[in-house]
Amino acid sequence: MALLTFKGGIHPDDGKDLAKNKEIVELKPKGDLIYPVSQHIGAPAKPIVAAGDHVLKGQMIAEAGGFVSAPVYASVSGTVKAIAPHLNPTGGTVNSIVVENDGEYEEVEYPEVKPLEEMSKEEILETIGNAGIVGMGGAGFPTRVKLSPKEPEKIDYVIANCAECEPYITADYRAMLEMPEKLVGGMKIVLKLFDNAKGIFGVEDNKPDCIARLKELTKDEPRMEVLALKTKYPQGGERQLIYATTGRAINSAMLPADAGCVVDNVATMISIYQAVAEGKPSMERIVTVSGDAVSEPGNFKVPFGISHEELVEAAGGFKSEPEKLISGGPMMGFAMVALDVPVTKTSSSILAFTKDEVSKFEPTACINCGRCVEACPSRLIPSRLADYAEHHDEEKFTAHEGLECMECGSCSYVCPAKRQLKQAIGSMRKIALANRKKK
Amino acid sequence: MSENKLKVSSSPHIRSKMTSGNIMLMVTIALLPSAIFGVWNFGLSALIMLISTVVAAVLTEYIYEKLMHKKVTVGDFSAVVTGLLLGLNMPPTAPWWMGALGSVFGILVVKQLFGGLGQNFMNPALGARCFLLLSFTGPMTSFIYDGVTGPTPLAYVKEGAMDQIDTMNMLIGTIPGTIGETSVIAIIIGAIFLILMGVIDLRIPGTYIVTFVIFVGIFGHVAHPEIGFFDPQYITAHLCGGGLMLGAWFMATDYVTSPITPKGQYVYGIVLGILTGLFRIFGGSAEGVSYAIIISNLLVPLIEKVTLPKPFGKGGEK
Repeated sequence: MALLTFKGGIHPDDGKDLAKNKEIVELKPKGDLIYPVSQHIGAPAKPIVAAGDHVLKGQMIAEAGGFVSAPVYASVSGTVKAIAPHLNPTGGTVNSIVVENDGEYEEVEYPEVKPLEEMSKEEILETIGNAGIVGMGGAGFPTRVKLSPKEPEKIDYVIANCAECEPYITADYRAMLEMPEKLVGGMKIVLKLFDNAKGIFGVEDNKPDCIARLKELTKDEPRMEVLALKTKYPQGGERQLIYATTGRAINSAMLPADAGCVVDNVATMISIYQAVAEGKPSMERIVTVSGDAVSEPGNFKVPFGISHEELVEAAGGFKSEPEKLISGGPMMGFAMVALDVPVTKTSSSILAFTKDEVSKFEPTACINCGRCVEACPSRLIPSRLADYAEHHDEEKFTAHEGLECMECGSCSYVCPAKRQLKQAIGSMRKIALANRKKK
Repeated sequence: MSENKLKVSSSPHIRSKMTSGNIMLMVTIALLPSAIFGVWNFGLSALIMLISTVVAAVLTEYIYEKLMHKKVTVGDFSAVVTGLLLGLNMPPTAPWWMGALGSVFGILVVKQLFGGLGQNFMNPALGARCFLLLSFTGPMTSFIYDGVTGPTPLAYVKEGAMDQIDTMNMLIGTIPGTIGETSVIAIIIGAIFLILMGVIDLRIPGTYIVTFVIFVGIFGHVAHPEIGFFDPQYITAHLCGGGLMLGAWFMATDYVTSPITPKGQYVYGIVLGILTGLFRIFGGSAEGVSYAIIISNLLVPLIEKVTLPKPFGKGGEK
């Protein structure tokens, strides 16, 4: 059988060898912890502590600011130092709760957990919402909202996004190897919410060990299936993953639920398990530290709020001066201006590169080669869309389906003229989307 | 760590190694078998012609960009490709200055005045060739081979005089013609190289050649009733004669002047095949590839307009 995949996409050097065989190391933070109140899509959380308060690990320090929002928990015990704006990894400044770590890791008493069989759907959703879980692959959409579609009985597939198609990142890979039972446990919980759904683990075929392990663990689970996907970027893009695993195609105006699907990535599924089965709120994640400027690339389990500086230190520091720091993957991650920013719910990795491949090249004229067209998973003509964007021609941009772009960056990657296609299209998209909302 | 050295840019943060310059360099390399064969086949005059068209093309681009205070782009090999293609499309007996004049026209008028690389709507080498064909019809269409002035095999094909054709010579290229068009084998070697390097694919040349074969297979019989439908020797002679192979693999595939939409590339190939067949069988001269490509170049915006792909999830190809 041909491998499951989608049309378009690219095959960048995956760089995963740097960290893929490094077991997850748990890090205890030394310095202050910084918790931005907005680590998710939706309303910012509202702080419920004040400077001087003593907090425990696992204590809620900011409550959800609305339905589409998520609370924030302290991941260490200590004293609230301040509530003040602080730089976050995506380059913005966000109001943040700063906690001075007392080094005791004194924990709250976690609520008694009920066996899954005895929990109602509402209780499960409530627990997930209260735990502050958001999509940990990068989007940060509150998971509780995602798991509450209008017609839950119409969900046919719950898809665990195990693709991890971004180069260099191996956090999900290590999690799948070292705690696959938590992933499967998370799937079991989500399946409980959707009576008619089948659970699918979509794993790229460059992780045969994960595929084997998940298959072994799910062999007695009639509602679960492990599917091997072709290794290609952006295989883990929500629309591509849904298409590859179910053959259903959604566009930018649709939600996965419109196609009867719910998608959550590995880290999110594990957090769901920890919340529902262990009673623990979302407080930690696995982060890959990698790139050619890092001495000892690896994977670390860290509490939210820990500074990226401590992560780099744990990876042996820099062996050469980096020219570029990236929070997230090289395809969709954010260039960082400084290291003293906290790990948030959506920080999957920090990458440090000695050379920046982007500034190495000067953009030149488009030669109409069509490589961007071949690479575009959304079937667009990126070179033309970028032209419209550069000419501020919103009408043509929208008419040529510019809003369908998911900003995966495949076009910029392949462009031999080194044009900043995704950047131009992305900027125009923001303007066009904002204008559409106004209307 | 001095953080001010950090570079900040929009994602993605990695880039493929392929550059426009690499692509043009690969096209240049792919044209070398044809160029080398042409020099071997036709002698020193062919070498002089190739040098003059390439040098004139590069110099024109350099001088124009200098005078206009633009960024000098001769390093991207695109002018080299234009010069080389024009040279390969010149009769070896034409005076060298004619080739050089063509290069000046191609680079200056067809390419730079329309905005430079990527902006021209017509293939500069072909625009230049057609300019020369119209200006100097005599020297551009007379072919001397082994000291004898005579018709090219394609001219015999046009008359339906199939007994004059030696297919093997046409494959190897030991026939009269322009410098680079005669050796099918040399052209195919270059084309295979470009396909393997991912520079071109089969969409345009494949559709072009298949359409052309169907067209001449049918209409060759209409024009010459003594030749049967789909006569293999007639079709082979058409394929190997004149500029079809050079045109299909190296000029119809020019990125700038061909459709960017995948479906449009098939349509473009079909249009090329029909026009070439039409010109060759029913037109005034034996050859028709250059004009077919130039006219098709002009149709590209229209072809793209009707072949825009549908986005994923909106009924588009999955």
